[in-house]
Amino acid sequence: MPEIEIQVPAIEVTDLTVAYNEKPVLWDIDLEVPRGKLMAIVGPNGAGKTTFMKTVLGLIKSAAGQVLIEGKPYTKARHLVGYVPQRGSVDWDFPTTVLDVVMMGSYGTLGWLKRPGRQEKDDAFTALEKVGMAKFANRQISQLSGGQQQRVFLARALVQDAEIYFMDEPFQGVDATTERTIIQLLKEMSDANKTVVVVHHDLQTVPEYFDWVMLLNVRKIASGPVSEVFTENNLRLTYGGKVAFLSHHEAGEMFEEKDQ
Amino acid sequence: MSAAQIEIQLIGSVVAVACALPGVFLVLRRMSLMSDAISHAILFGIVIAFFVTHDLTSPFLVIAAALTGVLTVSLVELLTRTGLVREDASIGLVFPVLFSIGVILISRYAGNVHLDTDAILLGELAFAPFQRFELFGVDIGPKSFWLMLGILLLNVTFIVLFFKELKLATFDAGLAAAIGFSPLLLHYILMSLVSITAVGAFDAVGSILVVAFMIAPPATAYLLTNRLSILIVLSAFVGILSAVSGYWVAHWLDASIAGSMASMSGVIFGLTFVFAPGRGLYAIAQRHRTQRWEFAGRMLTVHLYQHEGLAEESVENRIDHLGEHMQWESTFAARVIRYALKKEYLNENDGFLQLTESGRTLAQKAIVE
Repeated sequence: MPEIEIQVPAIEVTDLTVAYNEKPVLWDIDLEVPRGKLMAIVGPNGAGKTTFMKTVLGLIKSAAGQVLIEGKPYTKARHLVGYVPQRGSVDWDFPTTVLDVVMMGSYGTLGWLKRPGRQEKDDAFTALEKVGMAKFANRQISQLSGGQQQRVFLARALVQDAEIYFMDEPFQGVDATTERTIIQLLKEMSDANKTVVVVHHDLQTVPEYFDWVMLLNVRKIASGPVSEVFTENNLRLTYGGKVAFLSHHEAGEMFEEKDQ
Repeated sequence: MSAAQIEIQLIGSVVAVACALPGVFLVLRRMSLMSDAISHAILFGIVIAFFVTHDLTSPFLVIAAALTGVLTVSLVELLTRTGLVREDASIGLVFPVLFSIGVILISRYAGNVHLDTDAILLGELAFAPFQRFELFGVDIGPKSFWLMLGILLLNVTFIVLFFKELKLATFDAGLAAAIGFSPLLLHYILMSLVSITAVGAFDAVGSILVVAFMIAPPATAYLLTNRLSILIVLSAFVGILSAVSGYWVAHWLDASIAGSMASMSGVIFGLTFVFAPGRGLYAIAQRHRTQRWEFAGRMLTVHLYQHEGLAEESVENRIDHLGEHMQWESTFAARVIRYALKKEYLNENDGFLQLTESGRTLAQKAIVE
């Protein structure tokens, strides 16, 4: 029987509402992300970007709504999902090595009780090579700089070998070289038809780095291809009057580039 | 050594290792105070279970203590989650309540039972060998030794089986939850183990030693290694060392054994804190000293470099002008010069300082950075 190709969206969120103490932090979010997209989530501080990501990953309970990963509820699709939390969310003085942290990416596939072995070690090493950190493999993690920490987290995500990645501010406080390395890797992932969702802060780089975007401020303002929805008007709706940091000059330039 | 002496040291060592194992994770999770809270709060559970069973050796006491431990942790979390009380304050609010209810219940209804409040705080290790454990009529050692050995095995089993899960949940609870390991479940199991260990140890050694053995050996080992597995093994060794040395200090001073063991765990931590290679106070001070001279030496090369080949060179780059230009005291300046000469950053020629090739490279690099 010929297979009929039905495009199940990588991520499908319907009517997702999250509240802390009856105060909604995410209001009725609907979102569909097709496979292979490199998507930024942008929005002001407190817009619920991290909360959205954590809710999709089942780390925060939703008050209403549904999340489907490749058509399945998250608990049935864990193996398809890779997660890179904020760098600052872990204790970098923890007594362990770079290689060991990267190997943690394999724990999900291993499941309970099984120990990582030769194979997992090799995978971790390969991932470290990809992010240019192979020679740091046996370093204690407390000796890493911010950019190096982020590369290690990215290597760990590569080891997860997922289809859909969620990354919470991977560019936070990293040097320019690391930023280039990361974005190049993300583009490679997206070219390999992986879906990558990134909480992002720098509006300037959105058109250059991403092909899909969600503008979020408690409600979803817009989502879709960057060229269509990353408009000045939508940005104004997202950031309110506080869009000042994106000066008119720069914003103009940005959109001129898009028009070409 | 008499049999009783050996037995006391054995019991102390087993307690120390049993405590150090869950203690490692308490320290790494920044929950050290929880050991204090749990080891006190379990009194409440012990007393309640005692009223039900009227037997101080009933296994129900251990179960009740474990439940009280979990209750303590839950109450603290509940209070913290209201956002009205911070975590440290919540701990400080919850455990004295449970502990004091336990104390009141004992003093009111169980005054004539062996459950006195002094023993709870410091235990009486010296009496531990009197309570024997008999199997088929054969005396096989003190009861508390076998009890603690059982608890130790329980802790070892848990940590060995779930080493990977514990490590991930401790380092990155978010990822652990996302990939399907339940950090919450591990957390509560760990807290139950802390409680069971505390109740087992408490009859023999008292709650102060439980806290000391749970926190001091892991905190000591933390200064000595960068690997979690080594940290766990080292903690166990430091625990045994504290127990054995503590016993002999008590013997020598004719003082409380548990008190001496707790003190020794503190002394060993203190020595490590000062002398640990790389991370101790002494190593840090030495590193600062080296860095200070290195930095001063670099400043000097930069100063010489800036004036090199210029007209004012013959004035600026003289030893007697350093005080004026760099605002350095002459003794300090002399030491910096001596350091720089030793490192071959410069040559001295009749009070005139000239950079060597390596000194010039250093200065150039310093400026670019």
